[in-house]
Amino acid sequence: MNLLKILIVTLIAFGSLFGTSYARDQIKIVGSSTVYPYATIVAERFGKSGFKTPVIESTGTGGGMKLFCAGVGVNHPDITNASRVIKEGEIELCKKNGVAEIIEIVIGNDGLTLAHSLEASNADFNQEQLYLALADEVPVNGQFVKNPFQKWSEIDPNLPDHKIEVLVAPPTSGTRDAWDSLIMVKGCKAAGAYDMWSELGEKAKKKCRISREDGRVIEAGENDALIVQKLTEDPERFGYFGYSYLLVNEDKIKPTSIAGIEPTLEGIQDYSYPIARPLQFYVKKAHIGSIPGIEEFLQEFTSSRAMGEDGYLTDIGLVALSDDDADEIRERVSNLSTLSTE
Amino acid sequence: MNSNSLKISNENLKRRLNAERRFKFYGVIAISLALIFVLILFTNIISKGYSAFYRTLIEIKIEFNDKVQPEMFKQMSDTEINKLDLYSFSKKNIYSNFPDIEKKSDKKKIIKLFSIEFEEEIKTYINKNKNNLGNKINLYISASDDIDQIHKGNYSRDIPEERRRVSNFQLSIYDELVGQNKVKFEFNLPFFSRGDSREAELAGLGGSLIGSFFTMIIVLLLSFPFGLFGAIYLEEFSKRNRFTDFIEININNLAAVPSIVFGLLGLGILLNTFELPRSTALVGGITLSLMTLPTIIIATRASLRSVPPSIREGALAVGASKVQTVMHHVVPLALPGSITGTIIGIARALGETAPLLLIGMVAFIVDVPSSPLDPSTSLPVQAYLWNDSAERAYEEKTSAAIIILLSFLILFNLIAVFIRRKFETKW
Repeated sequence: MNLLKILIVTLIAFGSLFGTSYARDQIKIVGSSTVYPYATIVAERFGKSGFKTPVIESTGTGGGMKLFCAGVGVNHPDITNASRVIKEGEIELCKKNGVAEIIEIVIGNDGLTLAHSLEASNADFNQEQLYLALADEVPVNGQFVKNPFQKWSEIDPNLPDHKIEVLVAPPTSGTRDAWDSLIMVKGCKAAGAYDMWSELGEKAKKKCRISREDGRVIEAGENDALIVQKLTEDPERFGYFGYSYLLVNEDKIKPTSIAGIEPTLEGIQDYSYPIARPLQFYVKKAHIGSIPGIEEFLQEFTSSRAMGEDGYLTDIGLVALSDDDADEIRERVSNLSTLSTE
Repeated sequence: MNSNSLKISNENLKRRLNAERRFKFYGVIAISLALIFVLILFTNIISKGYSAFYRTLIEIKIEFNDKVQPEMFKQMSDTEINKLDLYSFSKKNIYSNFPDIEKKSDKKKIIKLFSIEFEEEIKTYINKNKNNLGNKINLYISASDDIDQIHKGNYSRDIPEERRRVSNFQLSIYDELVGQNKVKFEFNLPFFSRGDSREAELAGLGGSLIGSFFTMIIVLLLSFPFGLFGAIYLEEFSKRNRFTDFIEININNLAAVPSIVFGLLGLGILLNTFELPRSTALVGGITLSLMTLPTIIIATRASLRSVPPSIREGALAVGASKVQTVMHHVVPLALPGSITGTIIGIARALGETAPLLLIGMVAFIVDVPSSPLDPSTSLPVQAYLWNDSAERAYEEKTSAAIIILLSFLILFNLIAVFIRRKFETKW
């Protein structure tokens, strides 16, 4: 049968593809969805300089770390983006799988922005109020109770008189980690809940991070555009994301101020805005040299035309490092100095 | 006839007819609801997406000078021209189209009206016309995504300036250009040839179209032969016993397994055990063919079963062997049904994103893939990625990607219907 012969021949030809050994000449990047917009822009420019354009997956900081630390070799990513610093446990995991030398590159700062629809009236929260609104258990008269607050005004009469509804990032995202440590833990301390749990030691912080599960706090996934859309649908909703999302959507949403301070470039750079955080990525030193272009990619990313004061990354919302910090990072790139792990 | 019983039967008839009418009415409601939803979906997507199929161009005037003479291009090859550094030449020429503007910050804003690749576009024009360039030329270059959105009316001009991505100054320049008839629309051909990009005016579907094509080819090559011959064996050759019953149940179960499970399988076996390259159409194709295989087997078995036994008996009666009977007589009659099933299965695989997420095909990939071993995305993945992008211009691109995806699905289904109509044998 003719058809049968053709099929068999194509299958054999196809099977021979498996036999060919596979060498990668393209940088692979995974990690944070907050760093993704910056990394993609750098990657695209880098791709025009003669190297292949790096492939970037947005997996969230936690997911990225898992892939990054899985091992050394062409099947593992070279770089992972992170919107928080690498955790002890992740360094351990990396070491266990042979990823001993990691280079940490801080690319700039970002301010978490709690935003809502343009139609809503301006709002201002401090960390304690946000903690009381979002936590699972809150202290009332010295006793822990399941969060009783349904309206913001029940927490403080100055706050808006409507339902509490906040869209939050999923637990694997670095944005959520940053939010939990900069808002929830600090608010927890301010509300006195942390002290009441103090006998738990380190676990007290974990307790502070637990969000309520009665529908007031809604997990929105890694899709920041979806959050923006949901905020415009209902002016009583709040949601948070990186500063760059605010900048391109200012015709739809506006930021709330945190403890009286609105997010601004200056405030995020000098950390006077209370919920600013550094953005970074991590590089496998073992891959430098075997995958072409990693060093050049690092140089492009840390160049002043990218992450500098007037760079193309700052155009889309990255808040530049101070000059001293930027110089230190550039030196790190030229020496390829790794994270000290004792 | 008893008048009483006639009365009863009349009432009975009325009741039964009413029941029938009600049932028809519910049916009509159900169908119209479904149609309304389809209509809403289509109008929503098409009204949002059609504008991505054309793009805004702005006419500018270029004057050559002593350093950059039109004659010098004549001896140059295309690649040589592409390597030239005409950046500041292009920039200065764009400025000179607006002689009244002198402030440096305003000049920066002028440049932002144009696509970030203005230099490349000017080079492309020079390449095309290198043998008949005058000292002054007029050409159209792409507008930036923001101006493009304004010109299409997708981006409101009424919001206060500090919230707008385009400043009042830029708007006034744009209005001036419109007044001079220097802004025009053109069919957006690059949208179909370019890969993804972070500059919205440059981003195209090309990479994901090719990625989807490679993936579907692999799905076809793997799942059709395996599915066809698997079904033939199970239906015509295997003995009925507990083991084949077990296989049959499992194939039916496999057809109903959520697609993300196949993604996990691809991740665990293809990527981790066999160490095939991540993010490639090869891995995507193998994963999706696992998903398509049961659909094809079930469709093929059904169409094999519908071939009447008289065909088999006739062939056997004139002395054909079992294999000859099946290959020469039964399979050709069952093939249209099998192909229909394959096309439907492939259409389903084309629209799949969840398994691709796990094997790394949901990624930012600029280079258009040239083989199934290059990293690539697929059509629905591209729609998903654009939907997540912050810039406004991606909104129409998302819908445009969905329009293309839907038209492929409709096309596939039409082909399936056509094949069924054309080759179906009625017994």
